[in-house]
Amino acid sequence: MKIILIAIMVNALWISSQAAATMKVFACEPEWKALVEAIGGKHVNVYSATSAFQDPHHIEARPSLIAKVRQADLLVCTGAELEIGWLPLLLRKSGNTTIQQGEPGFFLAASKVQTIEIPTKLDRSQGDVHASGNPHVHWDPYRLLTIAQLLNQRLQKIDPQHTVDYAAQYEKFSANWQSATQRWEAEASVLRGKKVIVYHKNWSYLLKWLGIEVVGDLEPKPGIPPTSSHLASLINVVKTEQPAFILMANYQDDKGAQWLSQRTGVPLLELPFTVDGNPESDRLDTLYDDVLSTLTNHHYFIEEPVK
Amino acid sequence: MKFFAFTIGLSIAALSYNVNADATGKIPKNVFSPNISLILDGRYTDIDNSELALPGFQLGGEAGLSDNGFSTGHNELNISANIDDKFYGSMNAAIIYENGATEIELEEAYIETLKLGSGFTIKGGRFFSGIGYLNDIHDHAHDFADRPLVYDAMFGGHLADTGLQTRWVAPSDTYLSIGAEITSGAEFPSGENTDNSNGSAFFIKTGGDFNVSSSWLLGASYYQSKFDTREGGGHSHGGDAAAADNELLNGDIDVQGIDFVYKWAPNGNPKNTNFKLQAEYFVRTENGTAEFTEDTNSAEATYSGKQKGFYVQGVYQFMPAWRFGLRYDRLQADNQITSFVDSGIDEDEFLEESGFGTANDPNRKTVMIDYSPSHFSRIRLQSTQLDNGRDPKNNMIILQYTMSLGAHSAHAF
Repeated sequence: MKIILIAIMVNALWISSQAAATMKVFACEPEWKALVEAIGGKHVNVYSATSAFQDPHHIEARPSLIAKVRQADLLVCTGAELEIGWLPLLLRKSGNTTIQQGEPGFFLAASKVQTIEIPTKLDRSQGDVHASGNPHVHWDPYRLLTIAQLLNQRLQKIDPQHTVDYAAQYEKFSANWQSATQRWEAEASVLRGKKVIVYHKNWSYLLKWLGIEVVGDLEPKPGIPPTSSHLASLINVVKTEQPAFILMANYQDDKGAQWLSQRTGVPLLELPFTVDGNPESDRLDTLYDDVLSTLTNHHYFIEEPVK
Repeated sequence: MKFFAFTIGLSIAALSYNVNADATGKIPKNVFSPNISLILDGRYTDIDNSELALPGFQLGGEAGLSDNGFSTGHNELNISANIDDKFYGSMNAAIIYENGATEIELEEAYIETLKLGSGFTIKGGRFFSGIGYLNDIHDHAHDFADRPLVYDAMFGGHLADTGLQTRWVAPSDTYLSIGAEITSGAEFPSGENTDNSNGSAFFIKTGGDFNVSSSWLLGASYYQSKFDTREGGGHSHGGDAAAADNELLNGDIDVQGIDFVYKWAPNGNPKNTNFKLQAEYFVRTENGTAEFTEDTNSAEATYSGKQKGFYVQGVYQFMPAWRFGLRYDRLQADNQITSFVDSGIDEDEFLEESGFGTANDPNRKTVMIDYSPSHFSRIRLQSTQLDNGRDPKNNMIILQYTMSLGAHSAHAF
C-alpha cells in the first residue's frame, strides 16, 4: 500500500508540473460557458456541467463532474443556491485548491449582482425557496454585462499573461451587447404591459426587464410540480387576467402547460432557457434574439378575449 | 503506511496552527451558522420475527431488523461547515429511542482538508469508511428502508471507525479516485486490539458518463484488521441483557469487494424520470478462536470462515415524485470449526449460538415504492421476504417516512 501511495504522489507531481497552455474553466451552466468563451477566446477551454436541457437544480455530483472540477483553473457558476445540491460536494471531492470558495478561481455570477425575489420569509412550506433570491440572472442584459465585466477582471487576474486579449475581447463583447440591448428594447416595446403565465420563476429577470407582468405560475410553489387542482385554478386566472402567453423552458415537462393552453387557447411558448437550447441560440446574443423574436411574434395572437 | 498518514496529519495541524485572538475581546454573534439538517425517520412495521439470524454469520454492530409495530428509526442531526479556509468539519449523530430509552449514537465526526491540493484530501476523526458504494451513504439516503443484507452481515450495518483517510483524485477526464485508511480496527467486523490502530482499508473508484443520459461508477475495496477480542452476537439498540457471551479471540479479518452503479436519466435530467442500477459483492475471510459462554457453561473452537454476499437493486422513477424499486440479496458462508472443546455446551448448540453454523444460503427479496413530493420529504412502502436458510421465511412490510429539514441535502451520485 505504501508503494502505491508513493507512486500516486510522484505521478501527481509530474502531472501538475506540466503547465497548461489554455486555462481550463468549469462552468456550471451553458450561459457562463458562453460568456467565458466570449471574453476568454482562444485562451480558455470551457466545460459546461449542464446542458440547456437539464434543470441545474437537480443535477447530481457525478464522477465525471468531479474529474472535471479536479482539473479546473477557474470555476464559473450561478450561485444563489442554484447548485447547492451538487457544487459543494464537487468542490470537496475534487481535491483542487484553486477553485475553492474564496479563491480567485471561484466565481459565482449571481453574487456579483443584486438579485430579485429575495424571500422575506424563509419557510419550506413556500416551496424550494432560494434565500439569496432568484438565481437566473442571465436573463437581464444589464446584470449580465456587469458580470461580464467582473469576469473579464477575474480572467486577467488569474491569467495575467493575456490581459490585453481579455480586455480587448471584453470591449468587443460589451460594445456589441450594449447596442444589441438597445435593439432588443426597441423590438420588445410592444410587449410592455402584457401578462403571462410562467412555469417556474425562470424568467423573472427577463419579464421584469421587458415590463411583462406575471399573473400565474404552473407550479403551485417553487419546485413543486403542477397539480391538477392548481392547473384548474389557473383557468380562472386566464379568464380574469387575459394573459398573452404561457411561457416555459423547452426542457421542462410540458404536459400541464399543454393542457392549460388547449383549454384556454392561450399560446404556449416553449423557449430555449439558455445557450444551445435550440440551434439558433448558439451564443448569448443569439439566445436573446431568438427568445425576443418568438415573444414579439406571438404577442398579438390573442385577439379575442377568452370567455 | 500508518506512520505516513500520521505524519501528514501532524504537518497539516502544524500548517494551520495560528493564534486567533480578537483584539476587541468581543464575542461576535454567530453569523457563520453552519449547515444544520435534521433527518426524521419513523415507521410502522409488520414483521413475522424481528430477531435477525443469518446462519454462518456472527452478527455484530447494528445488524438487525425493525421492531414490530410503530417505531422511530434513526433521527439524525447533521452539522457541517467549512471551519476555515483549510478545513471542513462535519458531525452526524443519530438519536434513537428504543425500549423506553433514548440513546445518542455518534455516526460520524470528522474534519477534512480543503487546501492540500494536487487532488489530495485527508479526513480525520470518526467516519464511514470509503469502501464499497453504500458504506459512506447514510441510511436515510438509501433507496430501501433497510440496508442490503451483506452490509448487515459483514459490517454490522456500516464500516464506521475512527482514524485517518487519504484520498487522491486523478487529473483525468475519466474519474479515478484512490483512497487509503488507517483506523482503530476496534469496530465490528474487527474488534478490540491493544494498538487500537489495526484497521486499514484501501479503495479505488472510477467512473464517467456513457453519454448525456447515462453515467457509471465502478469501485473495488479492501479492508483488513487484526483484533484481540470481538464481541459478536448482534444487537439491536438497548439490547436484551442476555447472560450469553459470544466472542472471537485473537482474530484476523479481511474483506474484498467490488461495486457498480449505473444511472440513467433522459438528457441527464433526473427530475421527471430516472433509473438507477446498483450491485455490490463482498468476500470476507476471518479466523480466530471462537468462545461461547452461557452462565457457567462454555465451548471453544478454532474458527476459520469464508463468506460471500451480494445484492443487486434497481430503482426506477416512473413519474415525477414516484419511484419503484426491486432488490435481491444473497449470502453464502463456508465456515470451518476445528479443535472443538465442550465445557457444557455441545457442538450443535455452539454452532447455532455463535452464528458460525451454516444452513442454506440466506437470501432476501424486496420490493418498494416511494413518493417524494419535494427534495425534503419521502414516504415509502416496502415489502420484504427474508429466507435465512434455516428458519421459516420472514415476511416484513414497512411503511416509512424519511424527511429532512434545514440545510439542503447533497445530491451525491
